[in-house]
Amino acid sequence: MKVDIKVPPLGESVSEAMVSRIITPNGTIVSQDQEILELETDKVNQVLYAPASGMIQLSVNQEQTVSVGDVIGYVDSSVAKQVVSEPVSVAPQPIKEEKQPEPQAQQPGARKNVEEFVKEIKQPKQQLAPSLQPVVKQESSIQSNGMKRKKMSGLRKTIAQRLVEVKNTTAMLTTFNEVDMSAIMHIRAKEKDDFQVKHNVKLGFMSFFVKAAAAALKAFPEVNAFIEGDDIVYFSSCDIGVAVSTDKGLFVPVVKNCENLSFSGVEKEIERFAKKAKEGSIAIDDMRGGGFTITNGGVFGSLLSTPILNPPQSTILGMHSIVKRAVVVHDEIVIRPMMYLALSYDHRIIDGKEAVQFLVHIKESLEDPSRLLLDL
Amino acid sequence: MEESFDVVIIGAGPAGYVAAIRCAQLGLKTACIEKRMEHGGTCLNVGCIPSKTLLYSSELYHTVHSQGSSLGIVTPSLSFDFQQMMKRKRDVISSLNEGIKGLFKKNKITHFIGSASFLSSESIQIFQGPTTTIVRAKKFIIATGSEPTPLPFLPFDERKVLSSTGALSLDEVPKSLIVVGAGVIGVELGSVYARLGSHVVFLEFLDKICPMFDGSISKSFQDILQKQGMQFHLSSKVVGAEVSDKSVIVKAQKNSDASLFSLEAEAILVSIGRRPYTEGLGLDKIGVLTNAKGQIPVDSMFRTSCSNVYAIGDVIDGPMLAHKASEEGTCVAEVIAGHTPSLDYIAIPNVVYTHPELASVGLTEEEAKSLDFSVTTGSYFFKSNSRGKCAQQEEGFVKIIVDTTSDIVLGIHILGAHASEMITLAVSIIHNRMKCEDLSSLCFPHPTLSEAIKEAALSVHKKAIHK
Repeated sequence: MKVDIKVPPLGESVSEAMVSRIITPNGTIVSQDQEILELETDKVNQVLYAPASGMIQLSVNQEQTVSVGDVIGYVDSSVAKQVVSEPVSVAPQPIKEEKQPEPQAQQPGARKNVEEFVKEIKQPKQQLAPSLQPVVKQESSIQSNGMKRKKMSGLRKTIAQRLVEVKNTTAMLTTFNEVDMSAIMHIRAKEKDDFQVKHNVKLGFMSFFVKAAAAALKAFPEVNAFIEGDDIVYFSSCDIGVAVSTDKGLFVPVVKNCENLSFSGVEKEIERFAKKAKEGSIAIDDMRGGGFTITNGGVFGSLLSTPILNPPQSTILGMHSIVKRAVVVHDEIVIRPMMYLALSYDHRIIDGKEAVQFLVHIKESLEDPSRLLLDL
Repeated sequence: MEESFDVVIIGAGPAGYVAAIRCAQLGLKTACIEKRMEHGGTCLNVGCIPSKTLLYSSELYHTVHSQGSSLGIVTPSLSFDFQQMMKRKRDVISSLNEGIKGLFKKNKITHFIGSASFLSSESIQIFQGPTTTIVRAKKFIIATGSEPTPLPFLPFDERKVLSSTGALSLDEVPKSLIVVGAGVIGVELGSVYARLGSHVVFLEFLDKICPMFDGSISKSFQDILQKQGMQFHLSSKVVGAEVSDKSVIVKAQKNSDASLFSLEAEAILVSIGRRPYTEGLGLDKIGVLTNAKGQIPVDSMFRTSCSNVYAIGDVIDGPMLAHKASEEGTCVAEVIAGHTPSLDYIAIPNVVYTHPELASVGLTEEEAKSLDFSVTTGSYFFKSNSRGKCAQQEEGFVKIIVDTTSDIVLGIHILGAHASEMITLAVSIIHNRMKCEDLSSLCFPHPTLSEAIKEAALSVHKKAIHK
């Protein structure tokens, strides 16, 4: 029996996807729910699983664009049946039934045949090598002369489009402040081992920032809101997007209900998302619905920057590198680990005063985390 | 108590022994079962290695014999010692046998001597004389190789009716030899005996020799071998044979007009191909069926229809080549260990070790055209190559097939001395999908035979310097 392989719904407003990777080439015998191919959409990469066990036959090629609902091949389940039934009928195999799916079943095929070679040369792929691009005679020297041309991925195109759109449609500006990180560093130094032992996750900076942001969002509900048409829509919970940078681009998974999460709860969520982003298995649902975003340019060494809003959100907080600076405390010059904070906001719904006070609220929670404890 | 392994490999030829070593390197508890007393399979014991040993000796003799005077080498009474050639062949084999034995020991691979037969998909029985051992394994790799195909009416006796095995262990050089099948094995062994004085006549069913090679190469190759004294009857079919103590008389029929003719010689070598060897393996016990060609079907991960049993080498599809089998051995071991290896079949070279040698990789011009490529070719003759002149090796040429649209090299074919060594450069070009322009911009040492590759690449774009 042939079971169709269909492009599943890929989330809101996504109607097309590109076949970014074929994991099991035609002729591979797969078991049900085995990964067969990967689709790249504007937003994420999504893996497709075999709908049944059997021999796979795909009618699409790598890099081909497909629409939601398209039939892109089938699994011939009669092939699998032969494979399973024959040996069982002949030989006594008591443990056969309990066998786990083979680990290597998820790998791409190891045998690259002549058909694949022909396909590769007739439909050159960008990722392979610059020299694989069709050459127009005489122009090739210009191309090989240091200039390289590469097609934008769907993800990159969306990023580009969105960034320009935000600049054009919002009244975005940025307010700055600085934080003395001494208190947080002190707490981390003192408690990080106990924290790790008890919660099995590292105590990072991010949980402090997420909790401080959640407290500030509660204090300034206008910040946790966005414009839709002529209305202002308020979020009921503190869902905070945390930007994760990978080689495939920037992903912003959302840590939901931060106001109710403990420090370890926040750290665990972030760790889970970072792992998924690196593996490329992050799903659209993971990135949907945030009301606020935190981005950390500090990990790359940024001293100060003005982040761009993540629509439809109205605010974004930028963290930066921690640098020891001479600061004045109680009329004395002392050395303190300092970080600049930047809050970009949509001035259409947030007034300057609120934005500044919101950022000061975050600053105060960070400089004295006991304020978080007391819900101040 | 039956011994239990992660992987058991059946066959210690170039597929099996390499798979065993790689499995062991990857931390798998590995055993290898081999029917022969020695490791290395057909390749090392009765194939590639002994034939190359005899080809080397006979070539040196033949070169001095036919070109000595022009090269300034004077040998008043040149002769050869066939027994010594055979002894050297045996010495080479046993030294390499020892080498593999050492590698097995070093990698802690358990070695069983005997023939194997599956009991189930998790256990296998090994027969050695009267003793039977049963071992269990999570995974099996079938690497049992192939055997020479006889003519249906003419079984091998290895005295008068020779397979490649017999032709590699003769006691003396036959005065005349009929070779049925002018493929790789036929022309190599035919060359050995022709150089040592046999009158060698080929009977080939197809209209060209070494049919897997590019048409123009195959044609020139035949001309060269004819000049060396070998005779060819192409488009002819063997219909009958009479074997007596003294001679073999073969009846053949021309494909064109069905006219009959007969040939007589001291011995006949039947080299019409090899067939996968799976006899006695008990494949029915694990539900694995062979196809019409006798091959074991495998998926893109070398898995047979029994999911924990893999197969590699001559028993599966693809060219019957030792290096293809070895690459599959490495590949399957890595698949089993959960890695993601990739084997690029188009970049597997094919070599004939005659003189001159013939080596190729990628598509032939005929294949490229049949795959709808728009093709540009370039060639260069060793006659114009300075090193070829120096070494009196002016026969043959290099031919490059290029996809006109992308400029990617689709195939490289070399007929010439040391083609087997030069082809590795071509393998790298095909494997890396290099453009012809990139190839022609590489710097080659001068003077070398390999410069012919550069000139052939240049001539694709009509830019050859020495042409």
